[in-house]
Amino acid sequence: MDGPLRPTKRPRLALFELASCAGCQLQILNCEDELVDLLQLVEFVYFKEAISETGNEYDIALIEGAVTREADETRLRAIRERAPLVITLGACAHPVGIPGLKNAHDSEEPGRLVYGDAAGYFPSTLARPVDAIIPVDAHIPGCPIHKDEFLSVVTALLVGRRPPIPGYPVCVECRLAENPCAFDRGALCLGPVTRAGCGALCPSYGSRCYGCRGPADDPNVSSFEALLEKNGLNAEDVLAEYVLYNGYRALGDQALTMEVSR
Amino acid sequence: MSATRTVDVRVDYVSRVEGHGNIVVTARNGEVDDVRFEVTEPPRFFEAMLRGRPFDQAPLITSRICGICSNGHVLAAITAVEDAMGIVPSDQTMLLRRLLLWGEIIQSHVLHAYFLVAPDFFGVGSVVPLVETHPEVVKRALRLKKLGNHICDVVGGRAVHQVSATIGGFTRLPTPEQLRELDRSLAEAQTDLAATIELFAGLELPAFERATEYLSLESSADYAFFGDTIFSSQGGTTPVRSYREKVREHVVPHSSAKHCASDAGAFMVGALARVNNGYSRLSEGARQAAVALDLCPPVSNPFKNTTAQVVETVHCVEEARAVIATLLETGLRSEPPDPAPRAGRGTGAVEVPRGTLYHEYAIDEEGRITDANLIIPTGQNLANLEADMWAFAPYLIPLGTEKAQHTLEMLVRAYDPCISCSTHVIDLTESGKEVQR
Ligand code: SF4
Ligand code: SF4
Ligand code: SF4
Repeated sequence: MDGPLRPTKRPRLALFELASCAGCQLQILNCEDELVDLLQLVEFVYFKEAISETGNEYDIALIEGAVTREADETRLRAIRERAPLVITLGACAHPVGIPGLKNAHDSEEPGRLVYGDAAGYFPSTLARPVDAIIPVDAHIPGCPIHKDEFLSVVTALLVGRRPPIPGYPVCVECRLAENPCAFDRGALCLGPVTRAGCGALCPSYGSRCYGCRGPADDPNVSSFEALLEKNGLNAEDVLAEYVLYNGYRALGDQALTMEVSR
Repeated sequence: MSATRTVDVRVDYVSRVEGHGNIVVTARNGEVDDVRFEVTEPPRFFEAMLRGRPFDQAPLITSRICGICSNGHVLAAITAVEDAMGIVPSDQTMLLRRLLLWGEIIQSHVLHAYFLVAPDFFGVGSVVPLVETHPEVVKRALRLKKLGNHICDVVGGRAVHQVSATIGGFTRLPTPEQLRELDRSLAEAQTDLAATIELFAGLELPAFERATEYLSLESSADYAFFGDTIFSSQGGTTPVRSYREKVREHVVPHSSAKHCASDAGAFMVGALARVNNGYSRLSEGARQAAVALDLCPPVSNPFKNTTAQVVETVHCVEEARAVIATLLETGLRSEPPDPAPRAGRGTGAVEVPRGTLYHEYAIDEEGRITDANLIIPTGQNLANLEADMWAFAPYLIPLGTEKAQHTLEMLVRAYDPCISCSTHVIDLTESGKEVQR
């Protein structure tokens, strides 16, 4: 959905937090070299963690975090009504990120485990991505978002361009970086099906891709299947990894209560 | 006869703290009736989410509790899993882990002191107006914050949610060039640190004192960020493995974060607790900073938690330089971590920016997590924060609602609470049932 951006000298940004670790908003504050300029280009009218003043009029709503409560849904709808543009920040908001792991357990079970008989005080629902509730104009992927990608998305929107986010899989960047492939040491890597843009960070650090940037637009399914077969891995092994960041889609509605991880 | 005068202080969603918390104080005829710090963040259920996951994902998953103390969770998870599986990290690994932790402590402390606390003293609502009025202060804050992130970047691969520290060691080591460059940045920070000490020494903090118990980790070797023993300012030590005997959790209805108490009741953890307990082991520059900041123990003014963070920032910069010198001198050896799963139960405690963080895991023969317990610093501090509010409110109420409100908000901020962190605190037993301890 293309929202009309109000023509203005300084677009007003509002940042809202749902169930998240605040790491994505921290990445905005981590733009140390750019922050002073950024604050001249845009105005943050709502950023609870950094600013006391609040404003109710904004041009771009940035949403961090997964939807886990009914109250979140109401809040999101109200934000959507006000904001010409809604952008999600990070994996929690899309495709659901680590909060989605909760979905692998019965939705009442975690609450009972955590708070015992007091669980009724703190109602919680399945973890869902923001676009399961309201239309979203752009997703900035990652766990956390990369500050350069954040700045390039904001800049693109300021000049009326669509944000440039790759659709090809992490493997493309990984091969360019000439990393040894995780599959060669028998590990399962989600690089072939995950959206690039991180520079294949985790494989470059001797680890493997966990899928934090969500599914690629053009995943390399056939090579993925070949790699799995060669390593004696099956769909269940993939699912167990996939639910780490993609626990909303991976499970589908009726499978949500099953214990995938066992 | 005067009519009943009711004063309600209510701050919904205290700003410039991490997460969502409300202050509620009710007073009738000057008598404080009720004090609550309500935590209404969505519960997060991390312990339940960990069950069934492979042991090596404990750091990855728990670091997503909090982006600000991400490395702290990574290191507590690693320490606990290594304890469970009988893995002893190398000296090189421990040095790199210190750097990773100190980088985060520097960035978190600078963020808190400059971005979250300082605006109150400049009479503004955020750091944004200071960009116009005090650009040099903002730029200094950003440089120091960047320095902390730079350390995390070099050692962990990125500033938030590092990608190289794992069970048994590091999957990639920094190069000597990176370490030398980092050391230059640390050396250059001296001027900014001196200016920071001067700035915070000049702030007039509310004069409020309430003696309490301070808990922090203890180590015979240094100012402890890692350790096997919990030290109490009221005397006595507790082994980390017996942390449940010292730090006891309970549910309160107005908070989705559990509260904690020791035998003596509410206690405090964090920078102020550490400086109170470990003053003599601070680096030399940090001790000088403590003198300049009027922070020689015992200090019982919770507002001084922020000044203690400034002292620790100086300490971490100095100590990081010493660690880098050691690493460069001995040379970095490749030690690829290759942990083999082993069944067991283990505990790890690390001093993170806001205080002592405990992780405990049970792991089965296949390396799956069967049970987890995490105790977060902010959860430990909530009862103490409320006790401070009870003690302070009677003095604030006569000053009028607005002043009382503002000062109580400053008190909350001084604790540097990380509220989203604290809202998943859970007590799982082997059977998966909650027990009241
Ligand atoms: S996407 Fe990752 S970094 Fe961002 S808020 Fe969620 S857990 Fe934190
Ligand atoms: S599968 Fe993973 S490690 Fe292998 S090339 Fe793709 S991204 Fe890199
Ligand atoms: S490699 Fe995968 S898990 Fe790592 S940052 Fe990139 S997308 Fe995320």
